[in-house]
Amino acid sequence: MAAFGSFALLIGLALAAYNLFAGGIALRLLAVGGLARVSPERLAETARRAGIAGFAAVTAAAFALSWSVFHNDFSIEYIVEHSNIALPAPYKFAALWSGQEGSLLLWAWLLAAYGFVLRLTHKSDVKLHAYAGTILAGVQVFFLLLLNFAAPPFSLVRGGVAPADGNGLNPLLQYPEMVIHPPMLYLGYVGFTVPFAFALGALMMRYPGEKWIHITRRWTMFTWMFLTIGIFLGMHWAYAVLGWGGYWGWDPVENASLMPWLTGTAFLHSVMMQEKRGMMKSWNVWLIFSTFMLSILGTLLTRAGLVSSVHAFAQSSIGNWFVAFLVLIAVVCIFTFVLQKDHLKSEHRVESLVSRESSFLFNNLVLLAACFTILWGTLFPVLSEYVEGTKTTLSGAYYSHIAIPIGVFLLLLTGVGPLLAWRASSFKSLRRNFILPGVAFGVTAIACIAVGLKPWADEGVFYSLMTFSLAAAVATAVASEFLRGAAVVRRQTGKDYLSSTILLVRRSTRRYGGYLVHFGVVIIFIGFAGYAFNRSAEKPMGPGDKMEIGPYTLVNLGNTQESNANYDSEFSLLDVYQNGKKVLAQSMAPEKRVYAVNGQPQTMVANHSTMQWDLYVVYEGRDSTTGLPIIKAFLNPLVMWIWVGLVVVVLGTLVALVPSLSPSRAAVAVPVPQPGPMQAAVGVTGGGD
Amino acid sequence: MRFLNGRVLDPILCAKSPKGWGTQISRFSNIRPKFSGPLARVAQALLVACVVCFSVGATDPQARFNDLGHKMMCTCGCGQVLLECNHVGCTVSGGMRDELTAGLATGMNDSLILQSFVQKYGATVLAAPTTQGFDLVAWIMPFLVAAVALVGTILLVRNWAKNQAQLVHVGADGKARPPGIGAEMRDRIRRETETD
Repeated sequence: MAAFGSFALLIGLALAAYNLFAGGIALRLLAVGGLARVSPERLAETARRAGIAGFAAVTAAAFALSWSVFHNDFSIEYIVEHSNIALPAPYKFAALWSGQEGSLLLWAWLLAAYGFVLRLTHKSDVKLHAYAGTILAGVQVFFLLLLNFAAPPFSLVRGGVAPADGNGLNPLLQYPEMVIHPPMLYLGYVGFTVPFAFALGALMMRYPGEKWIHITRRWTMFTWMFLTIGIFLGMHWAYAVLGWGGYWGWDPVENASLMPWLTGTAFLHSVMMQEKRGMMKSWNVWLIFSTFMLSILGTLLTRAGLVSSVHAFAQSSIGNWFVAFLVLIAVVCIFTFVLQKDHLKSEHRVESLVSRESSFLFNNLVLLAACFTILWGTLFPVLSEYVEGTKTTLSGAYYSHIAIPIGVFLLLLTGVGPLLAWRASSFKSLRRNFILPGVAFGVTAIACIAVGLKPWADEGVFYSLMTFSLAAAVATAVASEFLRGAAVVRRQTGKDYLSSTILLVRRSTRRYGGYLVHFGVVIIFIGFAGYAFNRSAEKPMGPGDKMEIGPYTLVNLGNTQESNANYDSEFSLLDVYQNGKKVLAQSMAPEKRVYAVNGQPQTMVANHSTMQWDLYVVYEGRDSTTGLPIIKAFLNPLVMWIWVGLVVVVLGTLVALVPSLSPSRAAVAVPVPQPGPMQAAVGVTGGGD
Repeated sequence: MRFLNGRVLDPILCAKSPKGWGTQISRFSNIRPKFSGPLARVAQALLVACVVCFSVGATDPQARFNDLGHKMMCTCGCGQVLLECNHVGCTVSGGMRDELTAGLATGMNDSLILQSFVQKYGATVLAAPTTQGFDLVAWIMPFLVAAVALVGTILLVRNWAKNQAQLVHVGADGKARPPGIGAEMRDRIRRETETD
C-alpha cells in the first residue's frame, strides 16, 4: 500500500503540473489571440480534466494512508510514529493529520477537493474558472512537491524491519474533537485558496465588473465558517484537555489560525463595498492575497521551528520550502497588481466619516490592527533574539494589554456599522438609530456597577463592564433591526410576528444572516468577558477532605488508580455541594493518565458547565511531600456563552448562504420595509449586509 | 493553597541578587522631593488616594501569588505560564512556586520578586516584555501602527468627502446644479445598495 500511495502522489503531481502548464499556455494563447497549432480552448479543457483526475490521484493517496493506519502497517514510518494497535478507531483517523506528513496530505487532499468542485462548476464563467483553476493547480503543485520530495508520508521504516507496534498517538490528541478540529481548520485554511485564485485570476485577465465576487461569495463564507468552527473547536479542545482552566493561550499556532480569520473577516465585510458601490477594489484584492499568504505563513511558523509552541513540529528543512513559496506568491501578487493597477480604480469614494462605508473602513482597520498585533507578538521573540540575543517571551499578559482594547473597539463597531446609512448619516437618523442602544449601554453599565462590578479597581473588570454594556447595546441594535423590519412586514401582510420575521429573513438572507452572526459575536464576547472573574483554588486532598470554591464545596470521596491496555490512570471522586445540598447526581472524576506506549501524561478534566459558570476540576498530580493528589478547581463564569455564540454564528452564516427569495416573489410576499429618515431621504432601502 | 501549606521558605532567595536587595532599596532613599507647596501637597494626596484605590486587595498574598505567578513562565520548556504548568512530574514549576511563596513571605515588592527570578532564570522567565530597551518596541508598535492607520484613514475620508462636496452635479438637461439628491441619484443608489 505504501508503493501505491507514493505512486498516487507522483501521478497527482504530474497531473497538477500538467494542469498548471497546459492551463497557463492556453490562457496565454487566449490572451495574445495569436494563431496556434493547438486550440487554446481544447488545451484548457485538457488542463481542467487533468485537475479533476488529480483529485482522484490525491484521494487514492489519502485512502492508502488511511488503509495503512487501520491495518496497522508499521512498515510505514509515519504510522509507527503516530499510531499503535490499541489506538481506538476514531483516533486512527486523527493519526492521519497528527504529524507533519499526514497534515500536508490532508491539506493537499482538501485543496484537490476544492479544485474538483471548482472545475466541475466551470460553466458559470469558463474563462474565469480556467484562470482560477490554473492558479489553484500552481498551489497544488507546491504541496504535491512537498509530499513527494520533502515530507513523504509513505516513507518506509529505516532498516526495512517493521516493528510489532507503533509509538501511538500523542495523548493530547486522543480527544473526540481532535477527530474533527483539524479537518475543520484545514477546510478554512485551504478554502481561502479559492477566493485567492479567483481574485488573482480576475486581476490577471482584467475581469470586468464584480461578477468574480458573486461567484466566490459562497466559497468565502463557507471557508470562513469552517475556519471559525475550527478555531473554536481548538479552543474547546484546549479548555477540555490541557487542564489549565483557559481556552486561549496565545500560542503561536493559535495565533497562526486567527490571523487569516481576521483578514478573511475584513475581506467579507469590505468586499460588500465593492459589490454595492464599486469601491475599495485594490484593498479587497490585497485583503484576500494577505489572507492566503497568512495561511501559508502560519504553516511556515510552526513547521520551521521558528517559534516555540506546544503545537510546533520539530525544526525541519520544510520551512525553507514554505519561505520560497511565500516569496513566490508575494512576487506574483505584487507583479500582477502593479501591472493591472489601473483596472482597480474605484467607481466611488467614501463621502462622509459617518456612513456605512466608513464603518466598513474602520472595521477593516481594527481587524487589521488586531492581525498586526498578533503577527507582531508572534514574531517579536524571533526579532528580539536577533537584536538582543535573547528570545523575549510574549504570553497572554502581553496580548491581554493590547488585543483586549482592540476587541472591545471591534465589538463597538459591530453594533455601530449596521445602524449607519450608506453615503452619509444625518444627525436625525443617528439620534433615531442610536437612542435605544445608547440607553441599553447606560442601563447595563449602571446595573453592573450596582451588582458590585468595580471598573476602577481592576483593568480586567473595566473591560468586562465595557463588554457587557456594549454587548447590550449591540444586541439591542440587532434586535431593533429585526423588530422594525418584522413590524413593517406584519403591517403589510397581516401575519404574526414570527411569520413576519421569517419572511423578512427569507427576503434578504444575507443581511439578516449577517445580523445573526453579529448577535453570535455579541454572545461570544459576553463569554470572553467572564474571564475577568475566574476563580481558582488548589489543595492536596485525601479522602474526606473538603475544598471551597465560590458557592461550591468539593468533598473528596476517594482517590483511585486504574489500568488498561492503553493507559494507567489516577483519579479522584469528588462530590459537589452547594448550601449543604448535593448539586450533581454523579461525582466529578478529574483524572490523570499516563499512556503505556510512550509514557506521555494526559489530563482529563472534570467539568460541570452551566450558563452561569463552569466548575472545572483538574487532577494535577501528587504532592511530593504528602503524596496526596493535588486537586485544582476553577470557577470560570460564562464560558458556555462562547460555545452558544459559536452556534449562533454558524447559524447566521448558514442563513446568509441560503439564496434570498427572488425579487418578484419577495415583492409580492414582503413589501420593502419603511426606510429610516436618512435612508428615506436618499431612497435607500437597506444594505445587503 | 500549596504556598500556604507550611513549606519552608527559601533563605537563599534573598542572597540571589548579586547586589543584594539592600543595595537596590537604598537607591530610592536618595530621592529628594522636587515639588513643594500646598498645590503639590494636594496633588500628592490625590495620588496617594488613587494608589490606595487601585491597590485595594493588592496586599492579599493569594492575589499577589496569582498575579505574579501569571507574570512568569515555567522554565521547563512547556511554554506555559508558571501557575498553569501542570505537567506530571514537572521538576521546575513546583520549585519556582515555592520560590515565589518565599519571596512574598519576605515582604519584597512585586518588582523585586520578578527581578530575582530574572536574575536566576534569565529574561525569558517573564511572561511579557519589560518596558525598557528594545522590549519597549513590543508595546509601542501595535498602538503606533493602529494610531497611524486610524489618523490616516480619517484624513483620507475627510479629503474624499471634501472633494465630493466640491463636485457640481450636472443634470440630464446639461445644466449645472448644486450637489443634492435627485431622482436619478436616488435610483442609482437604490441599484447599488439594494439587497441581493
